[in-house]
Parts: sequence; C-alpha cells; structure tokens
Amino acid sequence: MAIPKVIGTETEYGIAAVGAPEFNPVISSSLLISTYAGSLRRIRWDYEQESPLRDARGYEPVQVREPSEEDLGLANVILPNGARYYVDHAHPEYSTPECASPRDLVIHDRAGERILERSLLELERAMPGGPRLAIYKNNSDGKGNSYGTHENYLVDRAVPFANLVRDLTPFFVSRQIFCGAGKLGAEAAWEERNRHRYQLTQRADFFEAEVGLETTLKRPIINTRDEPHADPDRYRRLHVIVGDANLCEVATFLKVGTTALVLKMIEDEYLPDLTLANPVASLHEVARDLSCRATVRLADGRRPSAIQLQWEFLDRAKKYVEQEDPTGDNPEVVERWEAVLTALEDDPMQLHRELDWVAKYRLLEGYRQRDGLDWDDHKLRLIDLQYHDVRRDKGLYHRLAATGKVERLVTDDEVEHAIMEPPEDTRAYFRGRCIEKYPDAIAAASWDSMIFDTGREALQRVPMREPLKGTRAHVEDLLEQSPDPATLVDLLGS
Amino acid sequence: MSQEQEQKKTQRRGGGGAGDDAGEVQRSAKGEQLKEEMDEILDEIDSVLEENAEEFVKSYVQKGGE
Repeated sequence: MAIPKVIGTETEYGIAAVGAPEFNPVISSSLLISTYAGSLRRIRWDYEQESPLRDARGYEPVQVREPSEEDLGLANVILPNGARYYVDHAHPEYSTPECASPRDLVIHDRAGERILERSLLELERAMPGGPRLAIYKNNSDGKGNSYGTHENYLVDRAVPFANLVRDLTPFFVSRQIFCGAGKLGAEAAWEERNRHRYQLTQRADFFEAEVGLETTLKRPIINTRDEPHADPDRYRRLHVIVGDANLCEVATFLKVGTTALVLKMIEDEYLPDLTLANPVASLHEVARDLSCRATVRLADGRRPSAIQLQWEFLDRAKKYVEQEDPTGDNPEVVERWEAVLTALEDDPMQLHRELDWVAKYRLLEGYRQRDGLDWDDHKLRLIDLQYHDVRRDKGLYHRLAATGKVERLVTDDEVEHAIMEPPEDTRAYFRGRCIEKYPDAIAAASWDSMIFDTGREALQRVPMREPLKGTRAHVEDLLEQSPDPATLVDLLGS
Repeated sequence: MSQEQEQKKTQRRGGGGAGDDAGEVQRSAKGEQLKEEMDEILDEIDSVLEENAEEFVKSYVQKGGE
C-alpha cells in the first residue's frame, strides 16, 4: 500500500535592482533574508494585531541601518511556519514546510511569495537609500540562465528507482500542458532560438538528460539526488527539478496533486508502461506545441499526444481514487485534472483563469493586437517578466488576481496565516513551534532534527526522522507543559 | 439574429482585428464582451508596467542557480 505523500517546494526567486544592474545579487539576497528574519518579532506583532481577540503588544521601531558583517555571510534561517529561507547561489530561496496535502502546499507556496514581498518592504524601510529591488517567481532570465523550482515528495524506499524513472518520465513530459508557466522565445541551440515564439514551460529548454544527479548543467528529467531528510531505510525524498514556478493556484494544485497521485500509483504498481522513445526530445516538443496536440513516440511505437498521455494517467487515477484512496484532496485533484484535460482538448485558450501559460499568453496576444507589436518587441519581453513579479501592486499575475481574472483556490486569510503558522499535520509543526517558542535555545535546525542549547553542558539533539510525527496532535500538550526548552527535552526523553 | 445583422453589427463597431473569417462572425457578441474585458485588463497593466521596457529587460540577467 502506498505511503502518504508529504510534499514541499523549493523556489529560487529571480532578483534584480531596478536601474542598478551592477548590484550584487548575493549580498542583496542575504540582506533581504536577514532583514526579514530580524523583523520577525515585529511581524509577529503585526500579524497578531489582525486577530481581534488578542492584546496589542509593544512595538519595536525599525532601525535604519547599514549592511553589517553578518549580512555579508549568507543568510539561512528557519521561520516560525517551519519553512527555510536562505541564499542559494545568487538567489533568495524559499523552501516551504512539509505539507500533507496539495491544498496546504498551495497555501504555503503562496505564503512564500508573500514573505519575499514583505522582505522587500522591510528592506526598503530599513535601508531607504539602497537599490530598489524586484523579485520574480520565474525560472529563466530569457538569456540562457535558469534557476529552479523543485518539488519534493515522500516516497517508499521499497519502490525500485527504475519504476519511478519508467513511469514518471512520460508523466513529467506530458504534464507540461497544465504545469507550464509559459515563456517567450527559446533558449535552446542558436538555430532553434527564433523558431519558437512562445513555449508552455520556462524550464524545458534547460533539460538535456533523462536521468542524473546534476541540477545546474546537463539537467536530467529525473533527478537522482538521494537525500531523504528522513529515515533512510524507509523513505526516499523524490527531488523533482523539471517543473516551473507557478502563480496560478489551480496550476500549483494540479502540479503537486497529480504528481502525488501518480507516485502513489507507482508504489501500488497501478500504471501501464508508457515509456517514451526519446524523452528529452519529447520534452522539448511538448513545450513548444501550444495546441498540445503534437504526438510523441513511445518505445512500443504508439504516437499519443501529450493530452492523450495525460488521459492514460487520469483514467488510472480515477479508478485508483475510487477504489483505493478516496481521501483528502484526491477527489478534487481528479475532478480538476479531468476538467483541465477536457478544456485543453477543446481549446487551450479557455484556461486563462486556471493555467499560467495560458493567462500570460493571453496578455501577450492582447498587447500584440492592441498595439500592433511584433513577437520580438521589448514590451512583450517585459510582460513575460513582470507577470512573475511578487509585488501585488506590480506583478501582472497579481493584477489579474486582484480583479478576479484568475481562479483562486485558497483565501488571502489562509495565506496570511501560513506566513507565521506551520502546517499542523506534519513535523513542520514541531519545528515551527520550537522556533517560535524557544528562539534563543535553538543551536541548529534541519529538516530532520532540532538541536537545543538548554544551558546544560551538552547540546541536546531531537531527531525528527518521521515526517508525519511531531504534528500538533503529537506535541501540542508537550509544548504547553514546557515553559523552557530544558523541560521539553526532558519530557521528550522520558 | 441573422448572420447578416450580426455582420453589420460587427462592422458598425469597427470590426477589424478579431474576426478574420465568416465563422468568427457568430461569435462576435461574445467576442465583443471578451474584447472589452481584455481592454480593461490591458489598461490596468499599462498603469503598472515598468518604464523603459528595452533597458529593463536587457538588464535582467540572472546567475544560474540550483
């Protein structure tokens, strides 16, 4: 029987300084994160003030400051919602806490955007004379440089990796038709560049291999990184690098919801063999076909379209959900999956409220028609970029959302809540609550452990090798009984 | 509404752009509505789009990540 799918995403955000291209993205990312972390106490207060039942607390004024030595080291913090916020290469990166459902993941992925947006505001307040930064939730600068949005799923260690490769490859190649965030032009070989006006995904151009360990060059469709961050005898953490950063909530929900279901079906050997003859070439072909009807060749000679491949997965998933696992978000995942495939088959352009690649394409087409622009006009390039701006007053996705032009699945209140509160049904609850309650006693924290400095001689390490333990149900009482971390460690050890 | 009337309506409103062939004419009422919605969206976006598109886009260069 398949194991529950614990899900998390890691997003590397694009960072730019308006009018100051010589800015240093590493230092700026670090400043952004350390300023946000430093302001958490005040943010906590801001947040609690929104709850009418709580007393307003003291206000800690922001100090106008200069970058310190500390800022120049690379910021890396764990947040009270259980997330990790850090500098990776030359980007700010946000890893959501572990989520037990696709819908929770949508909320926490969106909370990450809000945290980046808030970080910008905090930094502007703290360093008013600094460069005016902008942050983009996308995966390409349009000039051949890519940065990732990775998905992580808890997988049963007993499943042979070869089965994951066999079944996930055709799934990842074809899921681009609803997961793609859209991109103008191509960043592939030079002779290809001008042949493609628009693609479904930001990332397809950057993939050159079928299976491998790399993430920065010769990127593979299936990444073999084996770092479970959990009990390695029982679990694997599947690290998916082939996806785009989504803004549309329906796209995020489907991306992780369908992938989680496919993983369950792989664990339960529920899927037919859909091995592709040329996975990498097919990945590129599917990305460049806006009709979603181009066919790909399977190893057995059949030639289904990407939509037809997805129907194969969906047909099995419907049966699987009905017979094996009608729990949680599964019924909604298959329902939305079916609605999207049906609409894609009819006319993909109907999905401008649900899918990023369609929503953005519609804006580009609207501008082109109104202003008589060519496809290589700079204004279209700007729209392609600014669609992903995380600021709600600037980002074009957010302007569409503000006026009800895209479908929302979660509420602003839920997202706001997730900025400070961890999911309650994974170990992120324990991590987040400990950071919140004993911030000065945590010597170090990782995905699968917390190390406490309780003032005793030795540091105390609390392992968290089970992603579904340390939930609110497991530890809330324990935390309430522990006014200080020493008591907590004693109670945990008893 | 007959096709002829529909066509007149389209012409009166300036037609052009959206409908390229006869099959499109029947959809013109819905098309008009969509066009209005799109105009509204584009106006909104005009008001927030960064200045100097060319320079802005050229200066957006990222170091690879991951």
